[in-house]
Amino acid sequence: MARLIASRLLQIVVTLAIVSALTWGAMGLMPGDPVDLALMSDPLLTAADQARLRTLHGLDRPLHERYLAWAGAVLQGEFGFSRLYSVPATRVLWPALWSTLVLLGWSLLLAATGGILLGIWGARRAASGRIVDGFAILTQSTPTFWLGILLIILFAVTLGWLPAGGTADTSGLLEAARFLVLPVTTLALFNIAAYARHSMSAMQAELAAPYIRTARMKGLSERAITWRHAFPNAAIPVVTIAALDAGALVSGALVTETIFARPGMGKLIYDSIMGNDYNLALLALLLAALVTMLATLAADIVQRLIDPRLAG
Amino acid sequence: MRLWLGLTILGALALAAVSAPWVQAMLGADPFNPDLFKRFAPPSTQHPLGTDDLGRDILLRLLYGARVSLSVGLAVALGATLLGTAIGLAAARSGGWRDALLMRVADGMLALPTLPLLVVLAAVDTGRFGLPRGEALSDIIRIAVILVIFGWVGVARLARAAALTQLSLDYVAAARVAGASERRVMLRHVLPNIAGPITVATALAVAGAILAESTLSFLGLGIQPPAPSWGNMLGNAQEMVFAAPLAAVWPGLAILLAVAGCTLVADGLRRRAP
Repeated sequence: MARLIASRLLQIVVTLAIVSALTWGAMGLMPGDPVDLALMSDPLLTAADQARLRTLHGLDRPLHERYLAWAGAVLQGEFGFSRLYSVPATRVLWPALWSTLVLLGWSLLLAATGGILLGIWGARRAASGRIVDGFAILTQSTPTFWLGILLIILFAVTLGWLPAGGTADTSGLLEAARFLVLPVTTLALFNIAAYARHSMSAMQAELAAPYIRTARMKGLSERAITWRHAFPNAAIPVVTIAALDAGALVSGALVTETIFARPGMGKLIYDSIMGNDYNLALLALLLAALVTMLATLAADIVQRLIDPRLAG
Repeated sequence: MRLWLGLTILGALALAAVSAPWVQAMLGADPFNPDLFKRFAPPSTQHPLGTDDLGRDILLRLLYGARVSLSVGLAVALGATLLGTAIGLAAARSGGWRDALLMRVADGMLALPTLPLLVVLAAVDTGRFGLPRGEALSDIIRIAVILVIFGWVGVARLARAAALTQLSLDYVAAARVAGASERRVMLRHVLPNIAGPITVATALAVAGAILAESTLSFLGLGIQPPAPSWGNMLGNAQEMVFAAPLAAVWPGLAILLAVAGCTLVADGLRRRAP
């Protein structure tokens, strides 16, 4: 286990280094630089001013030199300033991360419980299995952003029950929850299919095993067979899905946050890339990648803890 | 059953994409040029699904959008399948550190959040490589290339796993004893036997590519207007969701059908396999 964690942590560090270098290169290929953007908002800047600004911000140096300077500063804990928000990049980063984690946490909880319950129900009979299958194909094929728009049309535009987007102005818990309902539902519905399908096939496999027949012959109730015997074994593949889907969840958060105008990591990444905010975009991307990979690692560890056969 | 349902849906969509110019001639409506006197026209015989915020016919834009979305899906699936199969077979054959390296790269890419990285790549100024933005064809090529960069991973893992299983079977040993070269063993013996799982992966890749293209176009990074794609139609519709809620329904339905069609085909193929 210690070896697994050590090698995976090493892999994470290497991946982060590669991703940061490639992203830096890609951002160098994007149209315009911060000085071009400054020029757009203030056409009075002279050519001399532009050259001076470029030198001041180091934009006249070659791309790889700037990357090394950035990486050196980051390793010393200097994360730089955000150009869009004019504050240290970390100060925008932490609230955004928190907002995204809240969104992801609730969605994951909803998707996993809903998916597992659907899966267990679907494994009972062939007919219910077909319903769950159809539901899974339907939700898996629905684009997240379309689902979000449909929910907005129904609950915000037509019924007027819930806000169409944004976050609460006041700090009331209930008010904050009202703004969370639609985004969480959107993200959860997209992810529920994977949990439903996998827990259903895992349950079907377990329920066909000989030990279940033994349990039935002992006269155990169906409820006890489902929850005490079959489910603990079927839960292992479900944790695997949680591990594999961490990346998809973050991708879904980007879309969901954009639709519902929630100031989270996804929207921050999108806005900072579009706004040519190098420091913030890179930090946000790397943080998102780091959180995803740590979540995958955590799921792998949990998997080994609940299934001693894997620990080997 | 699933396979046929999926193929029927995809066939109908392909037919709709092909028939776009005829439908246009029949309706006499314009899907590209704005007509500000006809904004938000309700459904009528000339505009069966009404018009959008610039007075363009929604049905025709859907049909032309099908061409864009389906061709991106097919191009990505083709590219990802070729690249992924080649990499998967190479990894399975060479083994050792090359195999380990390729699979670590694949693992690393699978663990990363894809969409934020796609956003970075999609924002790159491809005009420098001779692919101007805003022209439909160069947009399609740009998005397809970006999606292949991430799409090969799933196919490669599948191809490698399936190839390793085949390589351990006796007929491979027999072929080697008979003097077949490694290349011949891989291409003539192993490849045909792993075609089944690869086809499933291809069908899933089409679904993933259509979803990813529409997501990027929705975010304004994929196919640029005025060329219609289901994604950018939805992005446009979101801005006027209060004025014309129905305009947001049709493109999403089209994406849903296309993706569900591919998923059904993949499921059907998987169930057929022994």
